[in-house]
Amino acid sequence: MAHSPTRIAHREAAHGTFTSYLAGFGICLVLTGLSFGAVMSGMIPHDRIFPTIVGLAVAQLLVQLILFLHLGTAPEQRNNTVIFVLTGMLIAIIVAGSLWVMHNANTNMMPTHMSIERARAKD
Amino acid sequence: MNMHSPAVSGGHHPRDHDHGHDSGSTTVLGFWIYLMSDCLIFCSLFATFGVLAESYAGGPTGRELFDLPYVGAETVLLLISSFTFGMANLNMNAARTRKVIRWLAITFLFGAAFIGMEINEFAHLVAEGAGPGRSAFLSAYFTLVGTHGLHVTSGLIWLAVMIDQTRRFGLDAVVRRRLACLSLFWHFLDLIWICVFTFVYLHGVL
Repeated sequence: MAHSPTRIAHREAAHGTFTSYLAGFGICLVLTGLSFGAVMSGMIPHDRIFPTIVGLAVAQLLVQLILFLHLGTAPEQRNNTVIFVLTGMLIAIIVAGSLWVMHNANTNMMPTHMSIERARAKD
Repeated sequence: MNMHSPAVSGGHHPRDHDHGHDSGSTTVLGFWIYLMSDCLIFCSLFATFGVLAESYAGGPTGRELFDLPYVGAETVLLLISSFTFGMANLNMNAARTRKVIRWLAITFLFGAAFIGMEINEFAHLVAEGAGPGRSAFLSAYFTLVGTHGLHVTSGLIWLAVMIDQTRRFGLDAVVRRRLACLSLFWHFLDLIWICVFTFVYLHGVL
């Protein structure tokens, strides 16, 4: 049962070490604190808060995906990573598409107090 | 559960472990595909919530309802439980059965505390008249956060089962494979929670 060093390195990448879990935990704790702080402290201009917390959430998702769920480019991890990236594309299409379509449907909807003739005459 | 005959579980011979690892990794890949389809369920619930996030129907808004320090505490509990599951993972790789059981039990406690806080939060909302029937915003909120809560609850049941199996059978190939799947499931739920606290709670009070 001789393991080559690269094999062991792959295994560590695929299973994690105490240091990687501790680092993941620490980073996530800090990122969570920053997210809540950004909203609760009022130190960031109001229009910048949402982009900030989205950025922090994406950072935390990446940290957990790599350090806790062990996604990566090592041969053992590659399948999972590819499937995840494809799912990510589906998620982006569904979420962005729904918000876009429903926003347009909402803003272009005919006010209920308006008759069809008046609505047509407007454009 | 009757599959724990030595022939199937592979016994404790080191070479058998590698065979178990290969067939086990296919199972784990399949479980990952399930998780990704679960991810799409959450994705459509998030999209629904995004569309309905401001449909208050004259009812209470997120700013009036959400208690951020409370949500922060829930978040930290779930994050700690993710870390303690990682510790169970490491002990599983080192084949330390008793420590695996101990860390799984600690993970269970933090997960249960999270669910307890969430049930308490929901009960308060319903008592204030902000139940799922009040507005489209609250329907979407309860569906999304409730679905996550149900997942964590299933994870807790699975954890209890795996604690019992680890105690009965030790860390054989089958138990290891199941723990690997549960580990993915548990970490995945923390991932979903990051999106919940960002897009539901923090964005809700802006």
